[in-house]
Amino acid sequence: MIEQYRIVLRNCGVIDPDSLDDYIKQYGYQALGKTLAEMTPADVVAEIEGAGLRGRGGGGFPTGFKWKIAAQQKSDTKFVVCNADEGDPGAFMDRSVIEGDPHSIIEAMAIAGYAIGASMGYVYVRAEYPLAIERLNRAIDKAKEKGLLGDNILGSDFSFDLEIKFGAGAFVCGEETSLIHSIEGYRGEPTTKPPFPAVEGLFGKPTIVNNVETFANVPAIILKGKDWFRSIGTESSPGTKVFALAGKINNTGLIEVPMGTTINQIIFEIGGGIPNGKKAKAIQTGGPSGGCIPVKYFDTAIDYESLKALESMMGSGGMIVLDEDTCIVDTAKFYLDFTVDESCGKCTPCRIGNKRLLELLEKVTNGTADENTLNDIQSLSQVIKDTSLCGLGQTSPNPVLSTLKFFPEEYKEHIVDKKCSAFVCKELYQYVINDSCVGCTLCSKKCPVSCIEGEVKGVHIIVQDDCIKCGKCYEVCKFNSVDLVPGGLSNV
Amino acid sequence: MSKVKLTINGVSIEVEKGTTILEAAKSLDIGIPTLCYVDLKEFNVKNKVGSCRICVVEVDGRNNLAPSCCTPCEEGMVVITNSARVLHARRTILQLLLSDHPKECLTCKKSGECELQDLAAEYRVHEIRYEGEESSYPADRANKSIYRDPNKCIMCRRCETACNDMQKVGILSGTERGFGAVVDTAAHSKLADTYCTFCGQCVSVCPTGALTSITYNQEVIEALADPSKVVIAQTAPAVRVAIGESFAEEPGTISTGKMVAALKKLNFDYVFDTDFAADLTIMEEANEMLDRIKNGGKLPILTSCCPAWVKLLEHQFPEMVNIPSSAKSPQQMFGAVAKHYWAKKMGIDPHNVVVVSVMPCLAKKYESAREEMKSDGVPDVDYVMSTRELAVLLKESGINMSNLKEQEYDNPLGESTGAAVIFGAAGGVLEAALRTAYEWFTGKELAEVNFEAVRGIDGIKSAEIDLDGTTVKVAQASGLGNARELLNKIRKGEEAYHAIEIMACPGGCINGGGQPFIHGDTSIIKKRQEALYNIDSNEEIRKSHENPMIKKLYKEWLDKPGSHEAHKYLHTEYFERGI
Repeated sequence: MIEQYRIVLRNCGVIDPDSLDDYIKQYGYQALGKTLAEMTPADVVAEIEGAGLRGRGGGGFPTGFKWKIAAQQKSDTKFVVCNADEGDPGAFMDRSVIEGDPHSIIEAMAIAGYAIGASMGYVYVRAEYPLAIERLNRAIDKAKEKGLLGDNILGSDFSFDLEIKFGAGAFVCGEETSLIHSIEGYRGEPTTKPPFPAVEGLFGKPTIVNNVETFANVPAIILKGKDWFRSIGTESSPGTKVFALAGKINNTGLIEVPMGTTINQIIFEIGGGIPNGKKAKAIQTGGPSGGCIPVKYFDTAIDYESLKALESMMGSGGMIVLDEDTCIVDTAKFYLDFTVDESCGKCTPCRIGNKRLLELLEKVTNGTADENTLNDIQSLSQVIKDTSLCGLGQTSPNPVLSTLKFFPEEYKEHIVDKKCSAFVCKELYQYVINDSCVGCTLCSKKCPVSCIEGEVKGVHIIVQDDCIKCGKCYEVCKFNSVDLVPGGLSNV
Repeated sequence: MSKVKLTINGVSIEVEKGTTILEAAKSLDIGIPTLCYVDLKEFNVKNKVGSCRICVVEVDGRNNLAPSCCTPCEEGMVVITNSARVLHARRTILQLLLSDHPKECLTCKKSGECELQDLAAEYRVHEIRYEGEESSYPADRANKSIYRDPNKCIMCRRCETACNDMQKVGILSGTERGFGAVVDTAAHSKLADTYCTFCGQCVSVCPTGALTSITYNQEVIEALADPSKVVIAQTAPAVRVAIGESFAEEPGTISTGKMVAALKKLNFDYVFDTDFAADLTIMEEANEMLDRIKNGGKLPILTSCCPAWVKLLEHQFPEMVNIPSSAKSPQQMFGAVAKHYWAKKMGIDPHNVVVVSVMPCLAKKYESAREEMKSDGVPDVDYVMSTRELAVLLKESGINMSNLKEQEYDNPLGESTGAAVIFGAAGGVLEAALRTAYEWFTGKELAEVNFEAVRGIDGIKSAEIDLDGTTVKVAQASGLGNARELLNKIRKGEEAYHAIEIMACPGGCINGGGQPFIHGDTSIIKKRQEALYNIDSNEEIRKSHENPMIKKLYKEWLDKPGSHEAHKYLHTEYFERGI
């Protein structure tokens, strides 16, 4: 039985987040103390780089390398930015860390500031996280009171201050250049890299942008050392990862497991399996930029590379379990719909391309697709990936491409047979009343659009043209007289 | 500067570090299409947002395609600009853009000059593979100058760069997101309800028909056909050195005589010159300037020829609205003189005189419609057409200007000096004013009439002029961003001048929002500028106060500069407009 391993969530639910003493009792600020007393900035960078810590916000970029680049820049001003603009649907690990252990982020950012030579940091938090903001604010105040932030921290020459910036809820502001522009007061839009923020970032100054979960690892690495960190997880992806387990699974919520844990272990050992005796169909990882991994790959040991090899990605750690009742095309459409909505609209492929891609998927799910549609979807997806400006657009077709790769027959079923086996795509199924109907009239009474006709004690009929497919008749019938059957395109 | 070596399409090249792939390819004569990219070199303004993605190229070792306009060359880079993958991507991008673009090229105002249309033709986009929902935004034509059709916006953001980075007026910005993203004003206001100056620089850089001018060509055609009207034309200085471009002449070609001939072919009853009124402006403005210098009036005196600049001042520097010269702009002075002096002399009822201006400018349309720009209830100017619109009207009328025999302006309002023609270039008004002010102030003849220090298209220039022992400090700013910078210094008391000339468009009217499109080639502006100074240096009379017709005008009508009559017809006032 696999066990969870808490580094990031070490204090969440354990300490009173408003109590600095509680945090200190859990070795809090010892890493910062050690950094200032015993380590040079280069030592800190080397430790993080040696630990092999990679960005937990999605891309998996080596954190130490990012710090090294920023540390090498000659500039009077540098910035440390914490990306707490958590936007993936269903993901809430960053919120949990800030709400449950705000000092760990403050401590980590101060360590980062020392490492790269920055004296100012910003935490960019979604305004939709009021409790996180409140607790972080209180934590910052307390840290300042105790000399853990501000001038000459712990009596050293190092000074570091923190400020909170609110995000207005645009998903793209989780992309680092957009986030930077948002802090600067501009429209939250990405710009082309290079220049990378580590060279030219916030207000044109070298800036490191790290995600909350990434930062939460830092104090532990400094205290326990890179070798300890490397002993957890896999060769290429050391440490743990927090996942937000959701969807068709018995135990939902946040879990933290060593990298290298298999999907099976997560779903069946920690997650307790699929509810209602249903079978699993796939797992969606990586949020809107990720993909759907089918059951046959559930023995995959999760790390950045293995997920990528399966057309998905780590992302911020969203994990949504899909059972056999899920329509895979509808799932792809759901994620793409999210991206279309959240695209900033700056570049053509993301602004118009994703919209067109969504329209193609709608054709598939409403039965109007033809033999060219799949080809169009493939071709357009490739161009969007190839030409989009930022990570959002470059990864937006992933849910489509991965489902197309692993579930081609389901797309074909929709397109050729005009059938959705999961009975999710409304235009591709209909409710009909069979001969076992006793004419109790219950369905007719419950039908919200009054489209069921028939005499008392006679077999009823659903007028398909008026039916909105709400399923009420199916639900209320006590005689199993309402059937769900494929087809029905004619009444769309 | 260190160098980097790379290969593009198999050809090795060494470029300075920081050079983009696009620039490097250009130096090898390798064509890469662009849409959002524009480099207004002479004005240090670049739009390289990398948003359209049409310029993508393949770079060895990179997962996705790179936007060549904003990807710097790196040592050892291997670039392919025309692989199947690249061409497929570009064609798809074009198809995507066209899928959300009105398919009305035949009736579009920009047809024939649209960069998107050109690319669609170049890439032979015969079908739009991905059709779907199209954007639908209301168009804005509730002003006299600029027509905005956001449905044709491709989010290239050039207008935004022109408005925000260059002019620093800040009216246009990306709004909304996703498929609904479009360049718009704050709160989706109409331009007329913003502090837009109508300088038209956004129109100049727009690659499509999203920003065009509001045209009165039809009204002009109807007036010309109306036998009860006497229709007269006035042409601004900068038009004559640019309109040739619309007839495939080399940039910098001086087309004065041919343009006059063309206007006569259009059946204008008289073809006059705004330059005449420019000389008149100098008479009034130089007089006002010397009066303020001698009698402790408000300084600096600011020029008031440029309506876009005046509007900026009225919105954003309200405490300064009383410092520009009260002299009307040459366009408006011309109209007043034509209708209230010339018409009377000719025995024509001013109500039957239709004054049509040909201007390099879109703000002139707005200016002519300002409430106070009329005398005795008659508007000074009836219709304003831009240089581009005159070219359109000529072509529509089957007149090939290039083939015409040169003709002279009609008199008396066609007579002008070298001082007047340089109004079209930044610094020209100031130089013209100095030529006259010097002689009036000192009572001596000015031997060297060229004031080189105030010439050129640099954003801000300043000079100290010696008026025979009295030093006059002058400055010139072109481009509203530069104007704001200069005015802020004056506001803070960091700098003090006697006289300042401001032109809204960088480089002056030669680069006005109504001029033939330069498609990012700012060297054209320099050629237009040279042409104006050539005209000036070849003029016999180069000082406004020596214009014999101007002398006659004062003798017969106005008496002297600043007279009661002059104030009634040739001067105006400015208002705080708020924001």
